[in-house]
Amino acid sequence: MSKFSRAIRDHAVPLALIAPSILVILVVVLLPLMFSFYTSFTNYRLIRPDTLWDWIGLRNYQRLLADWDFWVAFGRTILFLTVALNLELLFGLGLALLVNKITWGQRTLRTIMMFPMMFSPILVGFQFKYVFNDTIGLVNNALQSLGLTEFAIPFLVDRWLAFFSISFAEIWMSTSIFAILILAGLFAMPKDPIEAARVDGCSNWQVFRHITLPFLMPFIFIAMTIRSLDVARAYDVVDVMTGGGPAQRTELLWTLIARTAYDDARMGRANAMAYASILLSIFFTWYFFRKLMDARKHLGAF
Amino acid sequence: MPTRTKTVLIWLLTFTVMLIICMPGLWIILSAFRTNGEILTKPAIWIPQNLTLDNFRAIFGFGENVIGVPVSSYFRNSLVISVTSTFLALLIGMTGGYAFARYQFPGKSSTFLWLMLSRTVPGIALSLPIFIIWSRLGIIDTKFGVILVYTAINVPFTVWLTEGFFRQVPNDLNEAAQIDGCTRWQAFWKIEFPLAKSGIASAGIFAFLTSWNEYALASQLTRSTDSKTLPVGLMDFTAQFTIDWAGMCAMAVIIIIPALILTFLVQKHLIAGLTFGGVKG
Repeated sequence: MSKFSRAIRDHAVPLALIAPSILVILVVVLLPLMFSFYTSFTNYRLIRPDTLWDWIGLRNYQRLLADWDFWVAFGRTILFLTVALNLELLFGLGLALLVNKITWGQRTLRTIMMFPMMFSPILVGFQFKYVFNDTIGLVNNALQSLGLTEFAIPFLVDRWLAFFSISFAEIWMSTSIFAILILAGLFAMPKDPIEAARVDGCSNWQVFRHITLPFLMPFIFIAMTIRSLDVARAYDVVDVMTGGGPAQRTELLWTLIARTAYDDARMGRANAMAYASILLSIFFTWYFFRKLMDARKHLGAF
Repeated sequence: MPTRTKTVLIWLLTFTVMLIICMPGLWIILSAFRTNGEILTKPAIWIPQNLTLDNFRAIFGFGENVIGVPVSSYFRNSLVISVTSTFLALLIGMTGGYAFARYQFPGKSSTFLWLMLSRTVPGIALSLPIFIIWSRLGIIDTKFGVILVYTAINVPFTVWLTEGFFRQVPNDLNEAAQIDGCTRWQAFWKIEFPLAKSGIASAGIFAFLTSWNEYALASQLTRSTDSKTLPVGLMDFTAQFTIDWAGMCAMAVIIIIPALILTFLVQKHLIAGLTFGGVKG
């Protein structure tokens, strides 16, 4: 009997138990991705089905490398993720420390903190499309009623204001994941090392920097890993708020893929872009997952 | 700084942060009970003059101003799709999670990692090949097609969460039950499943919320009232000549209510599952 079939026989039960999970991922994720990998080497257009067999080698990828729109959207996506993830971590940490300080009404605050997590990304997008609207938006109405501006501020039209608006929506949506997981870390933290450090004369900042923060690191990386699992849900938010427009001013990699595939019907090319976005997501998850594993090892000391 | 000033500052800061978190949502809820006329008035009216249920009547097709968005069909589709895909994902994911928690087998950790990585594929990137294949198979714009996809995207996370919860149940209990004459199957249903039940329930609620809120895939795989879900249906409003803000707000409230209730139910277990699954390894 071969080594392989013996391994199957010896582990028949667990393999049978995980088989359905693997099968469904195979059918819905893996096989479609293999198919789209193939189409990224063809000139496939939705409106002409026979072009599926039109093999053009690496030309989609070559065109992509020379495509200015693609690089602008790619760069903007990286900038967007860098800004959003860093600020989410910073605000989440701040919010967790703040709520941790408050003893009266803490449960209520924690529940309010979870509020944005219930919102579907599409609702977050709609909500801020409404709030930042230039004629009827809450922000513009408030600014005008207070007499701070005479004219409406085009939050969703101006290049940088629109970038600010979509980042604001994204940060609003995801800060609570960080806050909640970091707060869970603060609750789990042993009190003795902090008291010992205070007896030894450490300042508040030193205690935070050398005791609290290292202990929180695994929790921060769990939040980062969970968060990076679906960085692409920013697509929903941006699609509702601006649709990548006006004039591609808020175009992210994901909205560009949707436009190329469904509006321009250039599936081959869109699939080549899709692979860039998949690699980007995998990179983020893999990076934070490794950080999490490292941080876990260090935590063994506690 | 005196302690008193410090306390006031902390509360002021907390209040501001909570206001930023709550304000947009509360504004939507308030707008859902206002008329479009009032929303569009300039200069803005801050205190609502008359609150009305007309927007809710309109989106469900009652009252005089019926609108063109069939919200009740979308609601039904969302419910059927979310419930079915959650049930399937739980069934499949739980068996997988149990195997990862209780057995050793070759390639275990790499299989686990690959399952998780499959979750990272952006919805919009995955929608391209699925759109083509589902069209050829004739399951585009059907509830079945969407259920199949949602089941798959929910499986990895369900495996992860249930694995964590099963591992918290000591293996001794299961072994003791088997010594007392239970089969492994009986030991599972009588001992391990009841102990992990609340965790499994929260994994289920999490899967439900993912399906309920999903947009990127559904927006391409659904076309008509046969299968369109609420998040996709919300975009119907933007296709019209003038945006019916009040109607959109009312529909947003309809989408948020089930999510709100379920999240409150699950909050404690969810945090426990996420953190201890991750930290204790």
